[in-house]
Amino acid sequence: MTVIEARGLRKAFGTTIALDGVNLQVEEGHILGLIGPNGAGKSTALNAVLGLTRYQGELKVLGRDPWSERDQLMCDVCFIADVAVLPRWLRVWQALDYVAGVHPRFDRAKAEGFLDRTTIRRTSKVRELSKGMVAQLHLALVMAIDAKLLVLDEPTLGLDILYRKQFYDSLLNDYYDRSRTIVVTTHQVEEVQQVLTDLMFIDRGRIVFACSMEEFESRYLEVMVNPEHVAAARALKPIHERPALGRSILLFDLKADHHVERRQLAGLLSGFGDVRTPSIADLFVALLGNKPGNQSGEARSNDEGAAR
Amino acid sequence: MNPQSNPMPESPRDPQITDSRGIAPAAMSATRPMYWSVRRELWENRSIYIAPLAAGVVYLLGFMISLIWLPRSMRELAAQHPVNQQVALAMPYSHAAMLLMVIAFIVGVFYSLDALHGERRDRSILFWKSLPVSDLTTVLSKASIPLVVLPLVVFAITVPLQLIMRLLATAVLSLGGGGASTLWTQLPLFQLELVLLYSLTVISLWHAPLYGWLLLVSGWARRAPFLWAVLPPLVIGVFERIAFHTSYFGSLMHERLGGFAAVAFDLKDKNGVTLDPHFIPLSQLAPGRFLSSPGLWVGLIVAAALLAAAVRLRRYREPI
Repeated sequence: MTVIEARGLRKAFGTTIALDGVNLQVEEGHILGLIGPNGAGKSTALNAVLGLTRYQGELKVLGRDPWSERDQLMCDVCFIADVAVLPRWLRVWQALDYVAGVHPRFDRAKAEGFLDRTTIRRTSKVRELSKGMVAQLHLALVMAIDAKLLVLDEPTLGLDILYRKQFYDSLLNDYYDRSRTIVVTTHQVEEVQQVLTDLMFIDRGRIVFACSMEEFESRYLEVMVNPEHVAAARALKPIHERPALGRSILLFDLKADHHVERRQLAGLLSGFGDVRTPSIADLFVALLGNKPGNQSGEARSNDEGAAR
Repeated sequence: MNPQSNPMPESPRDPQITDSRGIAPAAMSATRPMYWSVRRELWENRSIYIAPLAAGVVYLLGFMISLIWLPRSMRELAAQHPVNQQVALAMPYSHAAMLLMVIAFIVGVFYSLDALHGERRDRSILFWKSLPVSDLTTVLSKASIPLVVLPLVVFAITVPLQLIMRLLATAVLSLGGGGASTLWTQLPLFQLELVLLYSLTVISLWHAPLYGWLLLVSGWARRAPFLWAVLPPLVIGVFERIAFHTSYFGSLMHERLGGFAAVAFDLKDKNGVTLDPHFIPLSQLAPGRFLSSPGLWVGLIVAAALLAAAVRLRRYREPI
C-alpha cells in the first residue's frame, strides 16, 4: 500500500521556493530518512504531508487530501515536529487524559507502561520536565497510538546521546513493525543510518537522490588510501575524494561504472586500504557538497579541510 | 529542571479515576473531542473559575462586615415605600451578581484574546493539530468558554453566594432588631436566581459577536492581539466623527456592549416610571421582545460569520 504519494508538490513563501516539484512515493512498512541542509524544504514537505501547510500539486496521504481532511487523517498519522511543542502548562496525567479522550486509537495502558519505565511523574507539568523527559513523554503518547504513519521532524534535536539512543531504540523495538511507516528528518544522520530502510536527499526544494538502504550499501564503497596509492585509486573514478589525517578517502559509486562488479572493485580497492560502506553524511557531502552555491555543503568540506 | 526536586503545588486528581469512563475506540462519539477540548481549556485557564470564586469570597467578606449596620438600616427602611424597600434590600444581592458578571466579562475578553494566539506563540498548536480534533471543534470549544462556561460559572457561584448572604442576614436580623421576615417576603426566593439566569443568557447571546471578534483577532494577530482588537474600532469611530461629524459606529459599539438591557428588560412599569435596575420584578422581563429584536439576530449572524472565519484561519495558521 502506498502511504504517501506526492506529484509535483510545490510551495513558495513569497519569492522563496521551498518545494520545487517534489515527487515522492512512500510504501507501507518503510522507514524513510529525509536528509537535507537547513532550508532545503524538509519541514515544508512534512508539513504538507501533515496538512499543516497549503501546497500546489498532488498529494495523497493514506488516500486522503491532508489539507482538507487533517482531522480524519490524524486518526492514522502521528507526528513529533519538535520536542518543544507539548504545551508547558500541561500535566502528564492531563496529556494522557486528553489524548485518551480525543484519539480513537490511543491505548492508554500502553502509554502508562512506557511512562512507568521512565522517571516521569504523572503530576509533573511539562515545564518541570527536562528536555529528554519531554521527548520521552511525547514518544510514549505517540507510541501508544496505533497509527499507520509516524512523522518525525528532528525528533532528537537538543537531546543528549543517551536519550537519542533510547529514542530510536524504543521506536524500533516497541513501535515499528512491518505494517507501520515512518518518515524522519534529522541532521544526526549517523544515528538513523542503521534504522532506515530508505534514504532521500532533498536540496533547494527538490529531491536530488533517493535509494533504498540495501541499494545504498551495495552501490557505494569507501576506501581510505595512503598517499602512494592515491593516483592508482583515482584511476578507478571515485565520485568524491576527501583528505583525512594525511590519507585520502575515496568514495565510489558502482552504478557509475557498469563494467566493474562490486566484488571486483572491492578486490581492487582492498589493495589500497580498508574498504567499507560510507556513512550517509559522507555520501551527502559527496553528492551535494561540491555544488556551486550550496553553502552548507561547502562549509562542511572546508571544515574537514581545516581539520586536516 | 529536575521534577523530583519540585514539590507539587497542588493535589492532582488521580488519572485513573478521570479515565474510568474509558470508551471503546469504536464508540468514540462526536461530542467527546468537544468535551475534552473544553476540559483542556479549563486546565490551561484556571482563572475561568478561580477569578469569579475569589471575587465572590471577597464580596462575601465585605458583606459580613456590613452586617453590623443591617439592623439599623432595616429600621430606617420600615418607614419607606415597599418598592424602595425592595430596591434597598435587593441592592447587596444584585451588586454581588453584577460584580461576578463584570469579572466574568473581563476574564472572557482576555481569555478570548489569548485563546488562538497563545497556542501559536508557544508552538503547542503543532501538538494540538497532531490529534484528530478538527479546527471547528477547537474554535467552538474555545468560543464556548465565554459564551457558555463563564455564564454557568457565574450562576453556580452567585446562587450559593446570595443564599449564604440571605442566611447570614436572616441570622443577624433574628438576633437583633427584627425584620427578617421582610427580607424573605420582599425578596422572594428564586426571584433573584431567575432574573440572574435570564440576564446571563441575554448577555451571552448579545455579546456573542464581541467574543467572535476577539477570537478572530487572536487567531489572526501575530502580536499584540489586544491592540488589534481595540484600536481598529476606535480608529473607525474617530475617523467617522472627523470626516462626517456623525457617530453611528460609536453608538453601534455602545449598543453592542450595553444595548441588551433596553431590549430584554422593561425598565418602565405600567405607570411609565423608570425602575431601578437593582431590583427587576419577573414581570419586567421581556424575552419575547428580546427574541424578536433584530439586534439579537444580526449579532448572532455576525458572531457565526466571525467564528467561521476564525475556524478557517486556524487551518492556515502556523506557529509564530
